[in-house]
Order: sequence, then C-alpha cells, then structure tokens
Amino acid sequence: MTEMFRDKVDVSLTVNGEPVEARVPAGQHMIDFLRLELGLTGAHASCEHGVCGACTIRVDDDAVRGCLMLAAQADGTEVWTIEGLTDTNAIRDLQEAFVVRNALQCGFCTPGMLVAAEELLSKGGTPSRAEIREHLSGNYCRCTGYEAIIDAVESVAQGRAGKGKA
Amino acid sequence: MTIPFNNPDRPNSYIGKTVPRPNAAKLVQGRGRYVDDIVLPRMLHVAFSRSTVAHAKIGTIDLEEAKAVKGVVRIFTGADLAEVCSPWVAVLAHLKGLKSPPQHPLAVDRACWVGEPVVAVVATTRAAAEEAASMVIVDFEELPAVTDTMTALDKDAPVIHPDLGDNLAFRRLHEAGDVDAAFETAHKVVSASFRTARHTGVTLEPRSILVDWNPAEGQMTAYHATQAPHMMQTVFAKHLDIPESRVRVICGDVGGSYGIKVHVYPDEVATAAMAKVMGRPIKFIADRLESYTTDIHARDHEIEAKIAVDADGKILAMDVDDWTGIGPYSVYPRTSAIEGNQVVNLCGGPYDFANYRAQTSVVFQNKTPTCQYRAVGHPIAVAITEGLVDMAAAAIGMDPVEIRRRNMYADDAYPATSPANMKFESLSHHASMDKLTEMMDYDALRADQTEARKQGKYRGIGIASFIELTNPSPFMYGIGGARISAQDGCTVRMDPDGSVVALSGVTEQGQGTEAMLSQVVAEGVGVDPSNVRVITGDTQVTPYGGGTWASRGAGIGGEAALQAARALRASILEVAAAMLQADAGRLDIRDGQVVDMDSGEERMPLAELGRIVYFRGDTLPKDLPRELVQTRHFITMEYPFAFTNGVQASYLEVDTDTGVVTLLKHWCVEDCGRVINPQLVDEQIRGGIVQGLGGALYEEIHYDEDGQLLNGSMADYLVPMAAEMPDMQVGHVETPTKESELGAKGAGEAGTAGAPAAVMNAINDALRPLGAQVTEMPFTPERILRALGKLQD
Repeated sequence: MTEMFRDKVDVSLTVNGEPVEARVPAGQHMIDFLRLELGLTGAHASCEHGVCGACTIRVDDDAVRGCLMLAAQADGTEVWTIEGLTDTNAIRDLQEAFVVRNALQCGFCTPGMLVAAEELLSKGGTPSRAEIREHLSGNYCRCTGYEAIIDAVESVAQGRAGKGKA
Repeated sequence: MTIPFNNPDRPNSYIGKTVPRPNAAKLVQGRGRYVDDIVLPRMLHVAFSRSTVAHAKIGTIDLEEAKAVKGVVRIFTGADLAEVCSPWVAVLAHLKGLKSPPQHPLAVDRACWVGEPVVAVVATTRAAAEEAASMVIVDFEELPAVTDTMTALDKDAPVIHPDLGDNLAFRRLHEAGDVDAAFETAHKVVSASFRTARHTGVTLEPRSILVDWNPAEGQMTAYHATQAPHMMQTVFAKHLDIPESRVRVICGDVGGSYGIKVHVYPDEVATAAMAKVMGRPIKFIADRLESYTTDIHARDHEIEAKIAVDADGKILAMDVDDWTGIGPYSVYPRTSAIEGNQVVNLCGGPYDFANYRAQTSVVFQNKTPTCQYRAVGHPIAVAITEGLVDMAAAAIGMDPVEIRRRNMYADDAYPATSPANMKFESLSHHASMDKLTEMMDYDALRADQTEARKQGKYRGIGIASFIELTNPSPFMYGIGGARISAQDGCTVRMDPDGSVVALSGVTEQGQGTEAMLSQVVAEGVGVDPSNVRVITGDTQVTPYGGGTWASRGAGIGGEAALQAARALRASILEVAAAMLQADAGRLDIRDGQVVDMDSGEERMPLAELGRIVYFRGDTLPKDLPRELVQTRHFITMEYPFAFTNGVQASYLEVDTDTGVVTLLKHWCVEDCGRVINPQLVDEQIRGGIVQGLGGALYEEIHYDEDGQLLNGSMADYLVPMAAEMPDMQVGHVETPTKESELGAKGAGEAGTAGAPAAVMNAINDALRPLGAQVTEMPFTPERILRALGKLQD
C-alpha cells in the first residue's frame, strides 16, 4: 500500500479533553468512530447525509455533522461530544432547561440539538425566537413540535444575559 | 376509598400536576441506551439485499461475489429462512372479506415492492455486510406493476396475487338513514374531492433490533425498538417455534415511534430467525433509505365526498367514497384495512345528524405496505368532514364557528351513538369550542384578517373539530383473532427501604409514560414520585400488556398502575395496623410515612415497616399477610373505545405570488379526560400538531408509474423544521371517563388528527375571495399557484 492510497489513517486528536490516537479506516465517518471505537454513543446516526443533525458534535468550536466528516479529517482537532459537555458542566443550564421545559421526548435528537443550541448561545446576546428557530433548523425533532425547545433555549439565553449584567 | 381528584390540596396530590420526567435527565446527558448503542460479545451485523423493482419473479441468485467479501459469515435467501420461520397472513376476522397472501421474512418467489428484503448478508461488521449485500446479484424477471390506486380494480389491471382473485384487499360500506332522499331534498349540497398524501413516520432512530439466541438455554433475547414488546414476544415465539416463556423482548430507549414501530417487519423477523440459526447475536439497524422504502407508509387516500345541509346550516347527510392503496401485503398482525375502516367510522364524528353513507375500498398495489401511523385515519376523516362543513358554511353564507355550533352534539346529549355507530360516553364539543374561540379571540382575529386584506395580504382562519379514538378494548384487534392485548398490567412493590418499584406493560417512547406512571403510583401508594422507580419494556419482568398504541398508555396502563398502587397501600396499611395496633381504616400513607388519617400525625416511616417485614418478620403475627408486591390488570368493558374530542384553529398567510403558506399561530383545545401531567399532555398535543402540519404542508412520498420510490431521503421527503413551525396555544376541557377510577383518556393523537384540516380550511378561507380552493395535501406552493390559476402546464 502506497502512502497516497493507504486505507488506514493515523489520527491524533483530543476528544472531550482526553488525547486519542487511533488508526482509522479511511472511509470511516466521525460519528461511527466516536460511537464504535470510543463508545461515545450520545450522538446518534440518523439520516446519514447531513440533513437531520442528530449526529451534531463540536469540532474546534463549530457544530459539525458527525456523518459528513471523516474520522481521518479529525487529526489535530479538539472534539467535544455530549458526554464531555456533560462531565464538564459546560451546558448544565441548557440541559436543566430542557428537562424542566420537557424540550425532549424520545431524546434521539437531543444531544445534537444541545450542541447546535450551545453554538448559538455561545455567541452571546439574547437571540430572538425567530433567530433560535432559524439556527436550529438543521436539527430535526419529530416529537416535540419544537416550541418547547425554543422556549428552553430562549430561557437559557435570557438567564445567561441576566447573569452577565449582574 | 376513592381519590378526591377535585381537591388539589388532598394528600399525595401528584395526579394532575406537572412533575419532571424521571428519564429526561439521562437523555439530555447522552446516556440513553437505544438498540444501536448495545454491543454484545460475538455480535454480527446484517444488511439486506432488497428488490430494486416493484414487481418481479425472483430468478437466479448469485452470491459468489458477496461471499468473497472479507468479514462475511453467512448469507441467507428466502428459501433458507422459509425452513425455519413460518409465514404470516395479516387478516382479522371482524374485518369481513379482508384478504392477504402469506408473507415470509425474505421474499421467496416474487418481490412485490421496491425495498422488499430478498437476501440477508451476515458479517462481522456492518460495513462488510453492506458491501457484500451490494454485491448480491438477483435476476429480477420483471412483472407488470400496479401503482395507481384508482385503477387497481380495473379489468385490465394485472392481479398482484393471482390466488386472491383480484386486487381488492377489503371493502366496507356503511349506511345509516336515507342518504339519497336527504340529498334530493336538501337546501344545499356541496361536494369535493380530497387527497391525502402517502406519508411515513420518519423516526429519527431508524428501526432497530438486536437478537441473541442462547441454544444452551433455548432462550431468545431481542433488544428491540418497539411499541409492543409482548406482541413481538408472541410473534417471535409463534413463527420461530419457541415457547413464549423463552422469548424475552427488551425495549429500552426508543428514538421515536408514532405507530411506525408497532408492526411486524420481515427484516426484523429475519434477524431473529438468523440469530436462532446461527446461535449468535445479530444486529439490524435500518439505514435511511431502508426507512423510506420499508417502514410502513400511511394516509394514501383519494376521496369523493358530499354533504347536504338545510337553510339553517343543519347537516342532513354525508356521503363518502374513500379509496386507499396499501401495498402488496396487509401488514401483520394489525392489518392494513384499519385505516380505511377508521375513515368510515370517524367521518362526521362531532356532528349530530342521521343520514350517513361511507365506503372504503382498500386495494393492493406494488408499493411499500401501509399500516397504522399516528392518528390512524383521523387526519383523513377530519379533513373530509371539516372541509365539507366549511364549504357548506361558505355556500350558505354562514360563519364556520356558527355552523359547527349548530351541528355538534350537545354537551348534555350523552351517551350518544353516531350514525357511524360509534358510541360516545361523554364529550365536550361546545365547551371546547367556547374555550377555543376565547383563547384565540376569534372576533379580533377576524378583524385582523379584514385589516390585512385591505393591505393586500391573504390571511385565513381555519377551524377543525374532531373526535379521537383512544383506550381501545379487544374490539379493535382481539375479537378479530389477533394476539394483541387490550388489557394491561402493573406490578407495584415496596422495597425494604420504603422505596417503590412499578413494573408496567405499557412502554416509554418519549411521551412520558414513566413520568405518568410514577405520579399515579406515587399518589396511589402515598410516596413522592421520586421514590417510585418505573420499569417498562421487558417482557421477562413486566406483566403482559399491549404496550403503547392508540393512545392507551395513560388510560389503560395508568389505571392498572393506580389499582396496583392502591392494593399495595392496603397491604402496607394492614401490616402497619398490626404493628401499631391501630385500625387500618384510620391510617394513611403520606410522603413515605404511615400517618394517622385524621390528624396527619406521623406514626411510622415506610422504611421501618420494610425493615420489620423483610428482616424481622418473626415479630409479626403468624397469620398476618405481608404481601408488599401487588399486581393489577385493567381492561375497558363498557365502551369499545374511549372517544375524546377537541377543536383546533390555524391562522396563516398565503403569499399569492409564490404560493408559500406562512403559519402564524395554532390553537388546540382538547378533552382527554383526567389530565395526569399537564405539561406532558400539552407537549403530546404540540408534537402531534406539528406532525399534522407536516402532512398539510410538506410530506408526500412520491413514486413513478413503475413503482420506483423517488424521494427516499430526508433531503427529499420534507418534514417540519423549527423555522417554519408556529407557536401553539393548548387548552383543555376535562371530562373524565367513568370506566376507570383514574378517568384518563388518550391524548397522543389529537394534535395530528385535527391540524391538517385546520390548515386546509385556513388556506381556503384566505383564498376564497380569489375563488380558489385546495383539497389535495400537501398544500405545496405549486398546488396553491395552480388553484389560483397562476401556474398552468
């Protein structure tokens, strides 16, 4: 196998703050690498072509589709999944708001939805409901009808803005 | 002692309050455990080679290339599995004349729809299984395909199953009163054609199953994303020849169901059959294309209907001719005739009138099989009924709310039997309509609409009243011979520390079943809901039950839980009375303490009672019962179904240049009887409404005339997204059913039942000044522009 056509690729990255080194199949998607190799089953594979957002993870501060990224592309990146964001309490207010507002039903879209919502919230300010809806348009939820999700994200945005002023 | 539900200050008043869902925290932390998250030792993966044509004789199957793929362990054909798995026939005796051919887990001689599984490849990784499946070469000798519903019975149409004689799966005509005479003498007759598109559920978690067979124990364990674990236990046992006691179906977290995951799928049965043959765990997770071509479809109906009214707007008669194409097989074991049957049962539902004729014709075709999907038949029947009522109102110049008020069953008219022979225990159409018009400020909205029109904006208000069938008795399936339980059970036990465990036969699909059960059991026993651990979805430990379908979880499963909890309370108090030398009737349990009923004085914590019963039983009287485990079952007996009612309203704007509909706001008032958890009920309504809005505006499975599915991806089959959906205001009227102490009816399908009709009526309200009308869903920009005459081929 020549260097140009190798079917396995060595990657070195951090996942949820921990260093990971692996030799991955060249065609393996990031979501499969996380789920199958690292046992991080919080993000889910659903549409498998970048539409539904259930596989959304954070890569170098961006919300990224785990099904559209190859594991081989992750070399040198900093990756966060719902498990790491939970362990570090990074989005605890958002998670609590989702529970209190019942902004989830089956929960399959929820980890991706949370990562996408945090991407918006991390920009600061208090986005309008229309802006929240627009930002989450790449994350399908088939259970809730979205309103509770918008409510939860809005309440966290307001809560964080309030804390900033205090 | 009955629970004084109307007193919110009663002790342990958890029923009727919003309490958090015990399983929500794990889901927001990514700690859910869906089938695909489970890995077993020596686990294999299966991928299927599926039919690429709509109808074909299966010729030679060449497996050589597939077998050569690294990682492939074994490949099965239809003939292989036919030897180990008996075929099924999906008919029900009470649906007279319903016919369907035997169906195998893999197609044996013929493939009858694009996506039907033909060959199964088992490999060490999913990637290897998929690669090898793509290398299976099947010689499909194409046969003529039947794709159009309305011509499927024509004399020159090919017959899909020659043994059955024709393509008619089921036909039912129901007639009450003198329909023809009513139409002849009516003041006004309005007729219309309606069309509801072929939908599918689009669960974000695809269909998923992992089956393990332990030959040493003769035990099958299936980890299955299903709504009905006991039904699946029975199916696997029957068709794979295993005693039911040796089949365990475990249903952990399920990523959305909506009716999609309550059916028997050939590829899932095949997975179980292959696991049994191989003695190793095998996992099948559908990919998204497989979801579109093999998850059941629904709602593909074409209808001609008319309504007759008198000069006062009173409905004199309705006549409905409904046609639906269900694919090549009736789906096991619920059958694919139920949806059409529901259309016959539900049309005209809210209205007190006498003359009614409805016929449904259910035909075979070479497309994906259809079956029950959330709100089975309701969105169709409500669209027909409410569409006609609005058209009749317009024809006689009457306000849409007024014509409904003149025809809805009076709130004191119950019990009542509809012209479709549906029995209503007690409904609240008028109270619901009053509440709706108040919530939406109907008059102000009409003024806004008028004002908008002056500015050239076409806004419309749409109203849709409806009934919803919930809490089914055996009249739905059992009397037809299906082994589908209408009864459900719950076991409630007290552990030594005084905490409580409830094991229920109904299942959690995200709707909040476990929260609902924790509240009911908490109130029934007298402990905090956080001290009730609810276990669902494991046939080895929970009482046999039907699971989750037809909005039965709260009404049936909840009542079983309440009765089991009350029985445990009585057992605890019997022991407590002996220990405290008190009268059990003067004791109560509140917040985990045995207390004096009158004074509320604490007498003993449950933990102390548990310590004595479990570890120092020697100190209790010898003949004292100390059964701190109680099981109760519940089944409805007096009514075949607990009907609920409600009314929805949509306010929207149509851009007459682009045909785009913008939803401005949506309202729903519904009556599901006793509301156990207001937040969970509201979110069921909202989620249901949005699924209905999807059907109204976006969702449509497209086939070409050869039976090729054209839009099998989420990019091509549109579902509602956050940006387009409106905020929804939900209100309730509570008319508890007297069939149970709990009084709960179902709430899971009301939203989906009424939303499409409300949107249709709102669009037509907006377009009426322009002389345009739409009745074919989804109401795409193209269809609206065509109705406006702005788009012509």
